[in-house]
Amino acid sequence: MGNSMRTVRIGNGAGFWGDNLDAPRLLAEAGRLDYLTLEYLAELTMSILAHQRSRDVETGYVGDFPTVVESLLPTLRSQPELRIVTNAGGMNPAGCARRVAEILAVGDLADMRIAAVSGDDLTAAIDEHLAAGEVFSHLETGQPLGDLRERVVSANAYLGAAGIVEALANDARVVITGRVADASLVLGPALHEFGWDQNDWQRLAGATVAGHLVECGAQLTGGMNSTWTSETPLANLGYPIAELSEDGTAIVTKADETDGRVTCETVSEQLIYEIGDPAHYLTPDVDADFSQVALEEVGPDRVRVSGAQGNPAPERLKVSLAYSDGWKASGMLVVAGRDCAAKAKIAGQMLLDRVQRAGFKLDRTLVECLGAGDSMPGIALGTGDPWEVVLRVSAFDSRRVAVERFCREFAPLVTSGPPGVTGYTGARARAQRVLAYWPTTIARGAVTPHVTVKTATEWTT
Amino acid sequence: MNKPSTATSTIRLGEIAHARSGDKGNHANVGVIAYTAAGYEFLERALTETRVAEFFLPLRPRGVERFALPGIGAYNFLLHDVLAGGASRSLRIDNQGKTLGLAILEMELPWPANWDAMTADAGQMEDR
Repeated sequence: MGNSMRTVRIGNGAGFWGDNLDAPRLLAEAGRLDYLTLEYLAELTMSILAHQRSRDVETGYVGDFPTVVESLLPTLRSQPELRIVTNAGGMNPAGCARRVAEILAVGDLADMRIAAVSGDDLTAAIDEHLAAGEVFSHLETGQPLGDLRERVVSANAYLGAAGIVEALANDARVVITGRVADASLVLGPALHEFGWDQNDWQRLAGATVAGHLVECGAQLTGGMNSTWTSETPLANLGYPIAELSEDGTAIVTKADETDGRVTCETVSEQLIYEIGDPAHYLTPDVDADFSQVALEEVGPDRVRVSGAQGNPAPERLKVSLAYSDGWKASGMLVVAGRDCAAKAKIAGQMLLDRVQRAGFKLDRTLVECLGAGDSMPGIALGTGDPWEVVLRVSAFDSRRVAVERFCREFAPLVTSGPPGVTGYTGARARAQRVLAYWPTTIARGAVTPHVTVKTATEWTT
Repeated sequence: MNKPSTATSTIRLGEIAHARSGDKGNHANVGVIAYTAAGYEFLERALTETRVAEFFLPLRPRGVERFALPGIGAYNFLLHDVLAGGASRSLRIDNQGKTLGLAILEMELPWPANWDAMTADAGQMEDR
């Protein structure tokens, strides 16, 4: 490998909506980044955002992002080359762009160009697509969408890197997308910087592996690692950086003087995180083969990632669809004292009996005794006889009123249950809408990315 | 690290491998990464789909698929329909199967003759 090979440094400062709000700023300050990516969208995030937007048309994006932009203002002024690529747009990339534009304008960055990448939202066009012959059958079971269509809350195709590349080519410094494949947030900048051919499957796969590795943020740099010991502090955990090379390999690392570690042990665990067949990691950009990926520690907290192979991108795009599916709630109480696990189980059953006596037969219920092994039901070993456990009781029902009735039964257990029940104020039960996930696909030709690039001033006027 | 008890003639998977798990819809994935090449070779025979399905039997997997990642010395297991409906529909505290990786490390396996070459300490000396 020659030292002259061009590299681009991409740091990911968010792995999900709700991740550490200070991480993007700390990463951008210390990371010497060319690009900062922020990944916010999990499988069902879009449906939550769709629900928000149905109440207020100006919402529907990830509210964490404007807060992060505000914290990044000094960095954006002192690092004029730094660019941000994020899927924070959710169900409303343009709305997000307008909000970010307001913040940038107030922060003396009114000329900064912001891109909104949309085209992923199929929610309003489902009937058209059904009429055109799409059946939106379930990716795992093959079942057609059928009657569930009436209950659809959101449907989004996964876009690839193309819209991001177009935005960057049009000098956007902040690129805000809707549903884009997580790894495409990293592949987009790589394609823009290196000008790879769209069919250069091996290099596309290489950048896709890097994107997959950094997408969950701190899970690459020592968070959640099964080999962790108390000798590795994590309080000031450094978020991940991928140094992509023109040849499609990458070195993953983190900023100096941060906590955590980047080793073969932390990187390998993230490589296999939430994947199915490693030979077919499908994105809209490439059918990536992770199976032969090799890792090499090339320096302190520096791991070289090579060996990714690629095959042509899939014919159909994945669609993440969510439908409204009833209500659920969970509540917790502490049960202490001798035989607490047995007492907790009985108390949980008692609570459910009372709901039934009140006239509600709940569709599904679950009693868990945390501390006695129920987080790994039937599997956990050697838990012994605890002195206290957390009783957790959950219920699902198609009727909100039934779930609300269930929620009311926790408080009475403190005085009308077995001895040693306490902690009612800790985790009150509250009825929550259930949005169920329906993974499906759509013909690639039916989806067109749409890119709008304007200055902050233009977005706000 | 102490040698395993010869009286029981078993080892704990966690002595020769580390792991991470997560969700894929209603499926869970459990990735098991051997610390050493010797350990990876051993797991090919010892950590079969059948053995993993048996271990996770209380979750009633509809099927277990094993995929090899020889470059990092790992096997990825896809456990079908073990998450009680998946992230949003499941009523479980661990609705995303995050704890399954730690659970599988407790699995007991027959004691291999070259156990010394498989532990994390051995792994640090190996060029991998």
